Amino acid sequence: MIPLHYYLILAAMLFMIGMTGFLVRRNFLTVLMSIELMLNAVNINFVAFAHYMDSMTGRIYVFFIMTVAAAEAAIGLAILISAYRNTKTTFVDEMNSLKG
Amino acid sequence: MILNILFFYLAAVTIISALFVVIKRNAVHSAIALLVTFVHVAGIFLLLNSEFLAAVQILVYAGAILVLIIFVIMYLNVTQRYRMFNRLKLIAFFVGVVLFAEVLYIITRTALKGQKGEFPIAKVMEMGNTEAIGKVLFTDYLFPFEIASLILLVAMIGAIVLAKKEI
Repeated sequence: MIPLHYYLILAAMLFMIGMTGFLVRRNFLTVLMSIELMLNAVNINFVAFAHYMDSMTGRIYVFFIMTVAAAEAAIGLAILISAYRNTKTTFVDEMNSLKG
Repeated sequence: MILNILFFYLAAVTIISALFVVIKRNAVHSAIALLVTFVHVAGIFLLLNSEFLAAVQILVYAGAILVLIIFVIMYLNVTQRYRMFNRLKLIAFFVGVVLFAEVLYIITRTALKGQKGEFPIAKVMEMGNTEAIGKVLFTDYLFPFEIASLILLVAMIGAIVLAKKEI
């Protein structure tokens, strides 16, 4: 039987990799992928707790998180396409036309 | 014993491929590494007795989201020679390490006890994982389920409107 802590530490590592990638990368596509990594880390936490607490609620929550992740990816990529059409770049630090 | 080996294999590949997502310069390589991460996270779900979620993970993440991302990579033709990281990189690395140390401290110091739910492993295995999820989803969580379908509808309309050339 694998202890619950192992799953939580794995999820924490995955979340921190995703967060660091979100903060440091310049490419908008890789930023979106980092968000998916963070959502996956949260999913691992939910399922691990649901398994060890004999509950179904955590698994249902993962189901809803996947829905939101799909919606977020679709909207994010649509925003990227419409921003690329205007600025001809995919780098987040070059999209600064709203800066005063 | 075999479960332990399986867990450490899945965890190691998940972490290493997640690192590759962040440090690869080419966006297509990042996407392939992300695919490996998703498949191994699905394996971790299998270890945790969630077969339905493992299937949904592969269908939705590897099947839908990743294909969408790769499609946009092909569409945009991103240049290969560029600065990978912005000027936040040292601060962000420091913040990540410190935050991870904090979370590690909290996790190892807490007993992580709680009230047990109504679905022990034996009961779930007897009635089937998908049936157990469906039973809870269509009784206690019926309203959030309908809201989720509405979120998907709004996202679909929003994506079409945003990506259209002229509105």
